[in-house]
Amino acid sequence: MSETPHIDIDYVANLARIELTDEEKAKLGSQLDDILGYFDKLNAVDVSGVEPMAHAHAVTNVWREGDQPGPVFDPEVLMQMAPESRENQVVVPKVVE
Amino acid sequence: MQDLHFKTITELAALLESGELTSVQLMQAVIDRTAAVDEQVKAFLSYDADDALAQARASDERRAAGQALGPLDGIPVGIKDVLAVKDQSVRCASKMLENYVSPFDATCITKLRQAGAIIWGRLNMDEFAMGSSTENSAYQTTANPWNLETIPGGSSGGSAAAMAAGEAIATLGTDTGGSIRQPAALCGVVGMKPTYGLVSRYGLVAFASSLDQVGPFARTVEDAAIVLEAMLGKDLKDSTSIESLGETNYAAALKDKKGPWTLGVPQEFFGEGIDPEVKANIEQAVDWYRGQGCTIVDISLPHSDLAVPVYYIVATAEASSNLARFDGVRYSHRSEAAKDALTLFTKSRGEGFGDEVKRRIILGTYVLSSGYYDAYYKRAQKVRRLILGDFEKAFEQVDAILTPTSPTPAFKRGERTDDPLAMYLSDIYTISVNLAGLPAISVPSGFTESGLPIGLQVIGKAFGEAEMFAIAHAFEQGHDYYKTTPKL
Repeated sequence: MSETPHIDIDYVANLARIELTDEEKAKLGSQLDDILGYFDKLNAVDVSGVEPMAHAHAVTNVWREGDQPGPVFDPEVLMQMAPESRENQVVVPKVVE
Repeated sequence: MQDLHFKTITELAALLESGELTSVQLMQAVIDRTAAVDEQVKAFLSYDADDALAQARASDERRAAGQALGPLDGIPVGIKDVLAVKDQSVRCASKMLENYVSPFDATCITKLRQAGAIIWGRLNMDEFAMGSSTENSAYQTTANPWNLETIPGGSSGGSAAAMAAGEAIATLGTDTGGSIRQPAALCGVVGMKPTYGLVSRYGLVAFASSLDQVGPFARTVEDAAIVLEAMLGKDLKDSTSIESLGETNYAAALKDKKGPWTLGVPQEFFGEGIDPEVKANIEQAVDWYRGQGCTIVDISLPHSDLAVPVYYIVATAEASSNLARFDGVRYSHRSEAAKDALTLFTKSRGEGFGDEVKRRIILGTYVLSSGYYDAYYKRAQKVRRLILGDFEKAFEQVDAILTPTSPTPAFKRGERTDDPLAMYLSDIYTISVNLAGLPAISVPSGFTESGLPIGLQVIGKAFGEAEMFAIAHAFEQGHDYYKTTPKL
């Protein structure tokens, strides 16, 4: 990765499911290229034989102990935050043609 | 008598216990102070005075019945807008969550309620805790009470500014890369990030899950310890939470642990980019410890300059995944222009998120994307281990590490908003601590010539909060910086 890094902003914005204006694309694109350039200093480090670290402590999968059914949220309370609802269900734009 | 709103928890707890003060009087004093100064400071996004007074009355009734719950009973604690409080809005200072009202309490809130604390107000922050100046809030810009033209730091800028301005007795913040310690330093108050896992993240809106921690802001180290002690413990609702493997009776530790300690000073934290006044101030603090009989050891954390790039890969990668939940479907902002499944996501997210959040989601998506995962994300995770290794090696010979909290004092509003990289470098001394999962505290260490606060960072061993608090407490009590308050 010796050449200047460059983000294909349309491609990545689509992966991230974020619509950007042309102005945002131009500004973000150049800022992100600068930031990626700064990341390049990681390439100078010898990481051979080093295990990747995902968490501060060793985290393993655990079975939840004593998981008992408890009170659940009232659907009407949760539905109050939905942008659009009908009969206690969230309404979304038509998904299947 | 000093104004009630600038008193410490320990002072107020004594007044409450002796009956010289009621919680309602205290809460009213804090409400009055907030009403008087928050128009200038803008620390709060919202607060409910009636609700706070009702909680204060309940505290006074408990006390009258001989059932007071401890030092936090009746003490107002302000809450960063990223933590869920039942029946209150949780917006993370984002338009994305404009209409969100939490149906539940975060675990740390539940625990504070169990300790009798009054849950007080919603404090401003950088949107989704992404930023170092609180200028990324979608609602308002918070001012630093020491100089209203400067920023309070971030992302927990509202929590720090509210403390400095006397609008709360303690506050909660969250710290992913320095978001408690950096604003604490810039606002001249105490701010503390616990060992990763010590406080449950349930009810904390996730930014970077392997780094996020909840922690207190307070006037004194002892106060911070009291708030932390109330929030500790493993929580079945957060599988990464853990019982401390160290001592947790912090009040006893502050009394018993007197040093002298062996303290490490990493050369890498005093190099390029540090403000000369900050450098001289921290060197003076180190000299103070030496004068108290502590052994000062020059140490090296050779991978320090890689902490910022590692952080902005790891944290943005985790953020891009965590923030995928804001999809415009169930509770977040939905675009009026959404016509189908895809535009429901893209338009809602394009409208709902601010610039910095978009920047980080896109960066995180990129470093995780096919073809770049190994070069960026996996490599960053490996360097993260090297950074942890530096600390482990240093802690073989020292009890704690002393550094500046921030390379500069508070900077002017707008100064770094167009230069994200310069903004990211504000956290250069705090970030490696999150990557390594260690506890650290920022304690006021003096002022610049122009009157802006400076903070000393004490980094402890994993689960070494008791010792870390004692070391910071010794410095604090040897000075009177914490007694100085800004003029508003």
